[in-house]
Amino acid sequence: MLSQILYALPFLAEGFAVTLWVSLLVVVLSLIAGVLLGVGLVYGPAPLRWAVRIFSDTIRGIPILVLMFFVYYGLPAVGLHLQSFWAAVLALTLFKMAQVVEYVRGAVASIPKGQSEAAMAIGLTFRQRLTSVIFPQAFRRFLPPWINGVTDAVKGSALVSLLGITDLMQAVNQVIGRTYEAMPLYILGALIYFAVNYALSYASRRLERRFAFIRD
Amino acid sequence: MATSSNNSPALLEIAEVSKSFGPVAVLRSVSLQVAKGEVVTIIGPSGSGKTTLLRCVNFLESYDSGSIRIDGKEVGYRDAGTRQRRSERDLAAMRAETGMVFQSFNLFPHLTAAGNIMLGLTKVRGKGSAEARAIAEHWLARVGLAHKADSLPAELSGGQQQRVGIARAVAMEPKILLLDEITSALDPELVGEVLAVVKSLAEDGMTMVMVTHEMAFARDASSRIVFMADGGVSAVGPPKEVLAAETTNERLRTFLARFRASHF
Repeated sequence: MLSQILYALPFLAEGFAVTLWVSLLVVVLSLIAGVLLGVGLVYGPAPLRWAVRIFSDTIRGIPILVLMFFVYYGLPAVGLHLQSFWAAVLALTLFKMAQVVEYVRGAVASIPKGQSEAAMAIGLTFRQRLTSVIFPQAFRRFLPPWINGVTDAVKGSALVSLLGITDLMQAVNQVIGRTYEAMPLYILGALIYFAVNYALSYASRRLERRFAFIRD
Repeated sequence: MATSSNNSPALLEIAEVSKSFGPVAVLRSVSLQVAKGEVVTIIGPSGSGKTTLLRCVNFLESYDSGSIRIDGKEVGYRDAGTRQRRSERDLAAMRAETGMVFQSFNLFPHLTAAGNIMLGLTKVRGKGSAEARAIAEHWLARVGLAHKADSLPAELSGGQQQRVGIARAVAMEPKILLLDEITSALDPELVGEVLAVVKSLAEDGMTMVMVTHEMAFARDASSRIVFMADGGVSAVGPPKEVLAAETTNERLRTFLARFRASHF
Protein backbone atom coordinates (compact mmCIF):
# COMPACT_ATOMS: atom_id res chain seq x y z
CA MET A 1 0.00 0.00 0.00
CA LEU A 2 2.70 2.41 1.03
CA SER A 3 4.73 1.70 -2.05
CA GLN A 4 1.69 2.33 -4.23
CA ILE A 5 1.17 5.68 -2.63
CA LEU A 6 4.83 6.58 -2.90
CA TYR A 7 4.69 5.59 -6.53
CA ALA A 8 1.74 7.94 -7.03
CA LEU A 9 3.36 10.92 -5.29
CA PRO A 10 4.79 12.64 -8.39
CA PHE A 11 1.35 12.41 -10.01
CA LEU A 12 -0.28 13.86 -6.90
CA ALA A 13 2.32 16.62 -6.87
CA GLU A 14 1.37 17.59 -10.41
CA GLY A 15 -2.25 17.77 -9.34
CA PHE A 16 -1.28 19.83 -6.34
CA ALA A 17 0.57 22.26 -8.63
CA VAL A 18 -2.61 22.70 -10.67
CA THR A 19 -4.60 23.34 -7.49
CA LEU A 20 -2.12 26.01 -6.43
CA TRP A 21 -2.06 27.57 -9.89
CA VAL A 22 -5.88 27.75 -10.11
CA SER A 23 -6.09 29.15 -6.58
CA LEU A 24 -3.44 31.76 -7.24
CA LEU A 25 -5.06 32.92 -10.47
CA VAL A 26 -8.49 33.12 -8.87
CA VAL A 27 -7.23 34.95 -5.78
CA VAL A 28 -5.17 37.51 -7.68
CA LEU A 29 -7.65 38.18 -10.49
CA SER A 30 -10.63 38.42 -8.13
CA LEU A 31 -8.68 40.73 -5.84
CA ILE A 32 -7.84 43.20 -8.59
CA ALA A 33 -11.25 43.17 -10.26
CA GLY A 34 -13.14 43.00 -6.96
CA VAL A 35 -11.35 45.97 -5.42
CA LEU A 36 -11.96 48.08 -8.54
CA LEU A 37 -15.65 47.17 -8.63
CA GLY A 38 -15.97 47.54 -4.86
CA VAL A 39 -14.60 51.07 -4.97
CA GLY A 40 -16.95 51.71 -7.90
CA LEU A 41 -19.82 50.43 -5.81
CA VAL A 42 -19.08 52.93 -3.04
CA TYR A 43 -17.93 55.99 -4.97
CA GLY A 44 -18.94 55.43 -8.60
CA PRO A 45 -21.75 57.13 -10.53
CA ALA A 46 -25.22 55.66 -10.13
CA PRO A 47 -25.27 53.47 -13.27
CA LEU A 48 -21.97 51.83 -12.27
CA ARG A 49 -23.23 51.29 -8.73
CA TRP A 50 -26.38 49.59 -10.01
CA ALA A 51 -24.42 47.42 -12.42
CA VAL A 52 -22.03 46.27 -9.68
CA ARG A 53 -24.91 45.72 -7.27
CA ILE A 54 -26.78 43.54 -9.76
CA PHE A 55 -23.61 41.62 -10.69
CA SER A 56 -22.69 40.95 -7.09
CA ASP A 57 -26.18 39.96 -5.93
CA THR A 58 -26.69 37.69 -8.93
CA ILE A 59 -23.36 35.90 -8.66
CA ARG A 60 -23.61 35.42 -4.92
CA GLY A 61 -27.04 33.88 -5.35
CA ILE A 62 -25.83 31.10 -7.65
CA PRO A 63 -23.98 27.93 -6.53
CA ILE A 64 -20.39 27.95 -7.78
CA LEU A 65 -20.96 24.64 -9.50
CA VAL A 66 -23.87 26.01 -11.52
CA LEU A 67 -21.74 29.02 -12.45
CA MET A 68 -18.90 26.78 -13.56
CA PHE A 69 -21.08 24.51 -15.68
CA PHE A 70 -22.80 27.57 -17.13
CA VAL A 71 -19.49 29.09 -18.22
CA TYR A 72 -18.16 25.81 -19.66
CA TYR A 73 -21.26 24.23 -21.14
CA GLY A 74 -23.55 27.26 -21.51
CA LEU A 75 -21.42 30.00 -22.99
CA PRO A 76 -20.50 28.07 -26.17
CA ALA A 77 -24.15 28.65 -27.15
CA VAL A 78 -23.29 32.32 -27.58
CA GLY A 79 -20.02 31.53 -29.31
CA LEU A 80 -17.69 31.70 -26.31
CA HIS A 81 -15.67 28.49 -26.15
CA LEU A 82 -13.25 28.31 -23.22
CA GLN A 83 -10.89 25.49 -22.38
CA SER A 84 -12.04 23.70 -19.28
CA PHE A 85 -9.16 25.16 -17.26
CA TRP A 86 -10.01 28.78 -18.15
CA ALA A 87 -13.73 28.21 -17.84
CA ALA A 88 -13.14 26.99 -14.30
CA VAL A 89 -10.82 29.88 -13.48
CA LEU A 90 -13.33 32.39 -14.89
CA ALA A 91 -16.24 30.95 -12.94
CA LEU A 92 -14.33 30.78 -9.66
CA THR A 93 -12.96 34.29 -10.22
CA LEU A 94 -16.44 35.74 -10.84
CA PHE A 95 -17.67 34.09 -7.68
CA LYS A 96 -14.76 35.27 -5.55
CA MET A 97 -14.92 38.73 -7.12
CA ALA A 98 -18.48 39.20 -5.93
CA GLN A 99 -17.28 38.44 -2.41
CA VAL A 100 -14.33 40.81 -2.65
CA VAL A 101 -16.73 43.55 -3.80
CA GLU A 102 -18.72 43.08 -0.60
CA TYR A 103 -15.63 43.01 1.62
CA VAL A 104 -14.43 46.26 0.07
CA ARG A 105 -17.82 47.91 0.39
CA GLY A 106 -18.13 46.82 4.00
CA ALA A 107 -14.60 47.90 4.88
CA VAL A 108 -14.94 51.35 3.31
CA ALA A 109 -18.43 51.89 4.73
CA SER A 110 -17.16 51.05 8.22
CA ILE A 111 -14.86 54.09 8.26
CA PRO A 112 -16.71 56.87 10.11
CA LYS A 113 -17.86 59.89 8.07
CA GLY A 114 -15.83 62.12 10.36
CA GLN A 115 -12.63 60.71 8.85
CA SER A 116 -13.56 61.98 5.40
CA GLU A 117 -14.63 65.29 6.84
CA ALA A 118 -11.42 65.77 8.80
CA ALA A 119 -9.48 64.92 5.65
CA MET A 120 -11.56 67.41 3.65
CA ALA A 121 -11.08 70.06 6.30
CA ILE A 122 -7.30 70.01 5.92
CA GLY A 123 -7.69 70.40 2.18
CA LEU A 124 -7.06 66.89 0.85
CA THR A 125 -8.56 66.18 -2.57
CA PHE A 126 -10.88 63.23 -3.11
CA ARG A 127 -8.06 61.02 -4.34
CA GLN A 128 -5.79 62.02 -1.45
CA ARG A 129 -8.58 61.33 1.04
CA LEU A 130 -8.96 57.83 -0.34
CA THR A 131 -5.28 56.97 -0.52
CA SER A 132 -4.08 58.61 2.70
CA VAL A 133 -7.05 58.31 5.03
CA ILE A 134 -9.80 55.92 3.93
CA PHE A 135 -7.95 53.04 2.27
CA PRO A 136 -5.25 52.56 4.94
CA GLN A 137 -7.99 52.21 7.52
CA ALA A 138 -10.32 50.16 5.31
CA PHE A 139 -7.45 47.79 4.48
CA ARG A 140 -7.31 46.60 8.08
CA ARG A 141 -11.01 45.79 8.03
CA PHE A 142 -10.75 44.15 4.62
CA LEU A 143 -7.90 41.81 5.51
CA PRO A 144 -9.52 39.27 7.88
CA PRO A 145 -12.59 38.39 5.76
CA TRP A 146 -10.50 38.41 2.61
CA ILE A 147 -7.96 35.93 3.98
CA ASN A 148 -10.84 33.70 5.02
CA GLY A 149 -11.97 34.00 1.44
CA VAL A 150 -8.54 32.95 0.19
CA THR A 151 -8.71 29.67 2.10
CA ASP A 152 -12.21 29.19 0.68
CA ALA A 153 -10.77 29.69 -2.78
CA VAL A 154 -8.18 26.96 -2.22
CA LYS A 155 -10.82 24.56 -0.98
CA GLY A 156 -13.29 25.60 -3.66
CA SER A 157 -10.73 24.95 -6.37
CA ALA A 158 -11.42 21.22 -5.85
CA LEU A 159 -14.58 21.79 -7.90
CA VAL A 160 -12.51 22.17 -11.06
CA SER A 161 -12.05 18.41 -11.00
CA LEU A 162 -15.67 18.20 -12.11
CA LEU A 163 -14.67 19.74 -15.44
CA GLY A 164 -12.10 16.98 -15.83
CA ILE A 165 -9.13 19.09 -14.80
CA THR A 166 -6.44 17.10 -13.02
CA ASP A 167 -6.01 19.10 -9.85
CA LEU A 168 -5.14 17.57 -6.50
CA MET A 169 -8.69 16.32 -6.00
CA GLN A 170 -8.84 14.69 -9.41
CA ALA A 171 -5.35 13.23 -9.02
CA VAL A 172 -6.35 11.66 -5.72
CA ASN A 173 -9.47 10.19 -7.32
CA GLN A 174 -7.47 8.77 -10.20
CA VAL A 175 -4.91 7.15 -7.93
CA ILE A 176 -7.76 5.64 -5.90
CA GLY A 177 -9.19 4.34 -9.15
CA ARG A 178 -5.97 2.45 -9.77
CA THR A 179 -5.15 1.33 -6.24
CA TYR A 180 -8.51 1.06 -4.44
CA GLU A 181 -6.84 2.66 -1.40
CA ALA A 182 -9.55 5.27 -0.81
CA MET A 183 -9.06 5.87 2.89
CA PRO A 184 -5.31 6.65 3.03
CA LEU A 185 -5.40 8.69 -0.17
CA TYR A 186 -8.32 10.88 0.89
CA ILE A 187 -6.55 11.42 4.20
CA LEU A 188 -3.39 12.38 2.34
CA GLY A 189 -5.35 14.77 0.09
CA ALA A 190 -7.12 16.30 3.07
CA LEU A 191 -3.80 16.78 4.85
CA ILE A 192 -2.35 18.64 1.88
CA TYR A 193 -5.36 20.99 1.65
CA PHE A 194 -5.21 21.46 5.39
CA ALA A 195 -1.49 22.25 5.35
CA VAL A 196 -1.96 24.96 2.73
CA ASN A 197 -4.87 26.56 4.55
CA TYR A 198 -3.22 26.32 7.91
CA ALA A 199 -0.18 28.12 6.52
CA LEU A 200 -2.48 30.79 5.09
CA SER A 201 -4.32 31.26 8.38
CA TYR A 202 -1.03 31.56 10.19
CA ALA A 203 0.24 34.13 7.72
CA SER A 204 -3.00 36.07 8.01
CA ARG A 205 -2.75 36.27 11.79
CA ARG A 206 0.76 37.62 11.38
CA LEU A 207 -0.45 40.14 8.80
CA GLU A 208 -3.37 41.29 10.92
CA ARG A 209 -1.09 41.88 13.87
CA ARG A 210 1.37 43.69 11.65
CA PHE A 211 -1.30 46.10 10.42
CA ALA A 212 -3.26 46.47 13.63
CA PHE A 213 -3.61 49.77 15.38
CA ILE A 214 -5.19 50.21 18.73
CA ARG A 215 -8.67 51.61 18.42
CA ASP A 216 -10.62 53.39 21.05
CA MET B 1 -25.81 96.71 18.28
CA ALA B 2 -22.07 96.30 18.11
CA THR B 3 -20.70 94.96 14.85
CA SER B 4 -17.20 93.86 13.97
CA SER B 5 -14.48 96.39 14.49
CA ASN B 6 -15.13 98.75 11.62
CA ASN B 7 -11.53 99.72 10.95
CA SER B 8 -10.66 96.32 9.39
CA PRO B 9 -12.52 94.72 6.50
CA ALA B 10 -14.35 91.47 7.23
CA LEU B 11 -12.29 88.32 6.76
CA LEU B 12 -15.39 86.16 6.72
CA GLU B 13 -18.57 87.49 5.15
CA ILE B 14 -21.69 85.39 5.42
CA ALA B 15 -24.52 87.06 3.50
CA GLU B 16 -28.13 85.89 3.56
CA VAL B 17 -27.29 82.19 3.61
CA SER B 18 -30.25 79.85 3.61
CA LYS B 19 -30.41 76.09 3.63
CA SER B 20 -33.12 73.48 3.93
CA PHE B 21 -33.00 69.76 4.57
CA GLY B 22 -36.09 68.81 2.61
CA PRO B 23 -39.00 70.74 4.11
CA VAL B 24 -37.00 71.80 7.18
CA ALA B 25 -35.32 75.21 6.94
CA VAL B 26 -32.11 74.95 8.99
CA LEU B 27 -30.65 78.32 8.00
CA ARG B 28 -32.86 81.33 7.27
CA SER B 29 -31.03 84.14 5.57
CA VAL B 30 -28.12 84.22 8.00
CA SER B 31 -25.72 87.14 7.71
CA LEU B 32 -22.58 87.55 9.77
CA GLN B 33 -19.27 89.29 9.35
CA VAL B 34 -16.11 88.33 11.18
CA ALA B 35 -13.07 90.61 11.16
CA LYS B 36 -9.49 89.42 11.22
CA GLY B 37 -8.43 88.53 14.75
CA GLU B 38 -11.97 88.32 16.07
CA VAL B 39 -13.25 85.44 18.16
CA VAL B 40 -16.93 84.94 17.46
CA THR B 41 -18.89 82.43 19.49
CA ILE B 42 -22.18 81.00 18.30
CA ILE B 43 -24.60 79.84 20.95
CA GLY B 44 -28.16 78.68 20.79
CA PRO B 45 -30.46 75.73 21.44
CA SER B 46 -29.79 72.48 19.59
CA GLY B 47 -31.34 72.48 16.16
CA SER B 48 -30.85 76.21 15.81
CA GLY B 49 -28.43 75.77 12.88
CA LYS B 50 -25.15 76.66 14.65
CA THR B 51 -23.19 73.66 13.54
CA THR B 52 -24.70 73.72 10.05
CA LEU B 53 -23.63 77.34 9.64
CA LEU B 54 -20.10 76.48 10.73
CA ARG B 55 -19.96 73.56 8.31
CA CYS B 56 -21.11 75.80 5.47
CA VAL B 57 -18.10 78.05 6.03
CA ASN B 58 -15.68 75.34 4.85
CA PHE B 59 -18.30 73.82 2.57
CA LEU B 60 -18.65 70.52 4.39
CA GLU B 61 -22.30 71.44 3.83
CA SER B 62 -23.60 73.17 0.74
CA TYR B 63 -26.21 75.88 1.04
CA ASP B 64 -29.19 76.77 -1.11
CA SER B 65 -28.75 80.51 -1.48
CA GLY B 66 -26.68 83.42 -0.28
CA SER B 67 -22.95 83.86 -0.26
CA ILE B 68 -20.01 83.01 1.99
CA ARG B 69 -16.72 84.74 1.32
CA ILE B 70 -13.34 84.37 2.98
CA ASP B 71 -10.91 87.14 2.17
CA GLY B 72 -13.27 88.24 -0.58
CA LYS B 73 -13.32 84.79 -2.24
CA GLU B 74 -16.57 82.92 -2.63
CA VAL B 75 -16.21 79.60 -0.77
CA GLY B 76 -18.15 76.77 -2.38
CA TYR B 77 -19.29 78.23 -5.68
CA ARG B 78 -17.50 79.89 -8.55
CA ASP B 79 -19.66 82.91 -7.79
CA ALA B 80 -22.81 83.48 -5.77
CA GLY B 81 -24.81 84.35 -8.89
CA THR B 82 -24.44 81.25 -11.05
CA ARG B 83 -24.00 79.00 -8.03
CA GLN B 84 -21.80 76.69 -10.07
CA ARG B 85 -20.00 74.43 -7.63
CA ARG B 86 -16.25 74.74 -7.55
CA SER B 87 -14.14 71.87 -8.85
CA GLU B 88 -12.90 69.25 -6.40
CA ARG B 89 -9.39 70.68 -6.60
CA ASP B 90 -10.61 74.24 -6.00
CA LEU B 91 -12.73 73.17 -3.05
CA ALA B 92 -9.79 71.36 -1.49
CA ALA B 93 -7.63 74.46 -1.91
CA MET B 94 -10.34 76.64 -0.33
CA ARG B 95 -10.77 74.27 2.57
CA ALA B 96 -7.04 74.33 3.26
CA GLU B 97 -7.51 78.03 4.13
CA THR B 98 -9.93 77.22 6.94
CA GLY B 99 -9.06 75.00 9.85
CA MET B 100 -11.71 72.90 11.56
CA VAL B 101 -11.75 71.15 14.91
CA PHE B 102 -14.49 68.60 15.47
CA GLN B 103 -16.58 67.58 18.44
CA SER B 104 -15.50 63.94 18.00
CA PHE B 105 -11.83 64.85 17.33
CA ASN B 106 -11.72 62.81 14.11
CA LEU B 107 -8.01 62.15 14.38
CA PHE B 108 -6.71 59.66 11.82
CA PRO B 109 -6.32 56.51 13.95
CA HIS B 110 -3.66 54.95 11.71
CA LEU B 111 -1.30 57.91 12.07
CA THR B 112 0.65 59.14 15.08
CA ALA B 113 -0.01 62.54 16.61
CA ALA B 114 2.78 64.00 14.50
CA GLY B 115 1.58 62.06 11.47
CA ASN B 116 -1.89 63.55 11.81
CA ILE B 117 -0.41 67.03 11.64
CA MET B 118 2.09 66.22 8.90
CA LEU B 119 -0.46 64.79 6.46
CA GLY B 120 -1.87 68.15 5.35
CA LEU B 121 1.53 69.78 5.44
CA THR B 122 3.06 67.25 3.07
CA LYS B 123 0.08 66.49 0.81
CA VAL B 124 -1.52 69.93 0.65
CA ARG B 125 1.24 72.39 1.46
CA GLY B 126 3.87 70.37 -0.38
CA LYS B 127 6.41 70.46 2.42
CA GLY B 128 9.15 67.87 2.76
CA SER B 129 8.73 65.39 5.57
CA ALA B 130 11.59 66.81 7.67
CA GLU B 131 10.12 70.30 7.56
CA ALA B 132 6.60 68.97 8.18
CA ARG B 133 7.89 67.00 11.15
CA ALA B 134 9.52 70.12 12.59
CA ILE B 135 6.28 72.09 12.20
CA ALA B 136 4.32 69.24 13.78
CA GLU B 137 6.69 69.13 16.73
CA HIS B 138 6.45 72.90 17.12
CA TRP B 139 2.66 72.78 17.33
CA LEU B 140 2.61 69.72 19.55
CA ALA B 141 4.88 71.56 21.96
CA ARG B 142 2.57 74.54 21.72
CA VAL B 143 -0.42 72.43 22.84
CA GLY B 144 1.68 70.77 25.53
CA LEU B 145 2.14 67.41 23.82
CA ALA B 146 5.77 67.49 22.68
CA HIS B 147 6.31 64.11 24.34
CA LYS B 148 3.38 62.48 22.51
CA ALA B 149 4.52 63.06 18.92
CA ASP B 150 4.83 59.36 18.20
CA SER B 151 1.75 58.20 20.08
CA LEU B 152 -1.24 56.86 18.21
CA PRO B 153 -4.57 58.59 18.89
CA ALA B 154 -5.86 55.54 20.76
CA GLU B 155 -3.01 55.97 23.23
CA LEU B 156 -4.08 59.52 24.08
CA SER B 157 -6.77 60.81 26.41
CA GLY B 158 -9.72 62.72 24.96
CA GLY B 159 -8.26 66.06 25.94
CA GLN B 160 -4.92 65.14 24.40
CA GLN B 161 -6.60 63.96 21.21
CA GLN B 162 -8.48 67.20 20.92
CA ARG B 163 -5.33 69.21 21.42
CA VAL B 164 -3.74 67.23 18.58
CA GLY B 165 -6.90 68.05 16.59
CA ILE B 166 -6.32 71.74 17.22
CA ALA B 167 -2.62 71.45 16.36
CA ARG B 168 -3.52 69.63 13.13
CA ALA B 169 -5.83 72.49 12.15
CA VAL B 170 -3.59 75.45 13.04
CA ALA B 171 -0.39 73.90 11.63
CA MET B 172 -1.90 74.53 8.19
CA GLU B 173 -1.85 78.24 9.03
CA PRO B 174 -5.50 78.74 8.14
CA LYS B 175 -6.98 82.19 7.77
CA ILE B 176 -9.77 81.23 10.07
CA LEU B 177 -10.31 78.45 12.59
CA LEU B 178 -13.71 76.80 13.03
CA LEU B 179 -14.37 75.05 16.33
CA ASP B 180 -17.44 72.83 16.46
CA GLU B 181 -18.39 72.05 20.07
CA ILE B 182 -14.87 70.88 20.64
CA THR B 183 -15.26 70.17 24.35
CA SER B 184 -18.71 68.53 24.25
CA ALA B 185 -17.32 65.00 24.02
CA LEU B 186 -14.80 65.50 26.82
CA ASP B 187 -14.96 64.51 30.46
CA PRO B 188 -15.43 67.68 32.53
CA GLU B 189 -11.92 67.53 34.00
CA LEU B 190 -10.38 67.55 30.52
CA VAL B 191 -12.28 70.58 29.20
CA GLY B 192 -9.96 73.11 30.81
CA GLU B 193 -6.77 71.97 29.08
CA VAL B 194 -8.44 72.26 25.66
CA LEU B 195 -9.96 75.67 26.33
CA ALA B 196 -6.59 76.92 27.56
CA VAL B 197 -5.14 76.12 24.14
CA VAL B 198 -8.00 77.93 22.40
CA LYS B 199 -7.50 80.92 24.62
CA SER B 200 -3.79 81.14 23.86
CA LEU B 201 -4.53 80.97 20.12
CA ALA B 202 -7.03 83.80 20.53
CA GLU B 203 -4.39 85.85 22.27
CA ASP B 204 -2.11 85.27 19.29
CA GLY B 205 -4.70 86.87 17.06
CA MET B 206 -6.11 83.73 15.41
CA THR B 207 -9.50 84.47 13.85
CA MET B 208 -11.98 81.99 15.23
CA VAL B 209 -15.62 81.08 14.94
CA MET B 210 -16.74 78.59 17.53
CA VAL B 211 -19.88 76.81 18.50
CA THR B 212 -19.89 76.00 22.19
CA HIS B 213 -21.98 75.36 25.24
CA GLU B 214 -19.24 76.63 27.55
CA MET B 215 -20.89 79.92 28.46
CA ALA B 216 -18.23 81.03 30.89
CA PHE B 217 -15.57 80.49 28.27
CA ALA B 218 -17.67 82.25 25.62
CA ARG B 219 -18.05 85.23 27.92
CA ASP B 220 -14.33 85.44 28.68
CA ALA B 221 -12.79 84.62 25.31
CA SER B 222 -15.15 86.05 22.69
CA SER B 223 -15.09 89.37 20.92
CA ARG B 224 -18.73 88.86 20.04
CA ILE B 225 -21.42 86.32 20.70
CA VAL B 226 -24.02 85.30 18.16
CA PHE B 227 -27.25 83.82 19.44
CA MET B 228 -28.99 81.62 16.89
CA ALA B 229 -32.57 80.42 17.09
CA ASP B 230 -34.68 78.65 14.47
CA GLY B 231 -31.97 78.91 11.84
CA GLY B 232 -31.54 82.67 12.11
CA VAL B 233 -29.33 85.12 13.96
CA SER B 234 -31.48 86.28 16.83
CA ALA B 235 -28.95 88.43 18.67
CA VAL B 236 -25.36 89.46 18.16
CA GLY B 237 -23.03 91.64 20.19
CA PRO B 238 -20.31 91.76 22.81
CA PRO B 239 -20.59 89.04 25.47
CA LYS B 240 -21.73 91.42 28.18
CA GLU B 241 -24.63 92.62 26.05
CA VAL B 242 -25.78 89.26 24.75
CA LEU B 243 -25.40 87.36 28.01
CA ALA B 244 -27.03 90.10 30.09
CA ALA B 245 -29.82 88.69 32.17
CA GLU B 246 -32.08 91.63 31.47
CA THR B 247 -32.08 91.18 27.69
CA THR B 248 -35.34 92.05 25.98
CA ASN B 249 -34.91 89.24 23.48
CA GLU B 250 -37.51 86.72 24.58
CA ARG B 251 -35.92 83.65 23.01
CA LEU B 252 -32.49 84.54 24.27
CA ARG B 253 -33.80 85.11 27.78
CA THR B 254 -35.49 81.71 27.77
CA PHE B 255 -32.34 80.05 26.46
CA LEU B 256 -30.12 81.68 29.06
CA ALA B 257 -32.54 80.94 31.87
CA ARG B 258 -32.79 77.31 30.88
CA PHE B 259 -29.05 77.20 30.50
CA ARG B 260 -28.37 78.68 33.91
CA ALA B 261 -30.88 76.30 35.47
CA SER B 262 -29.13 73.28 34.05
CA HIS B 263 -25.50 74.36 34.34
CA PHE B 264 -25.12 76.31 37.54
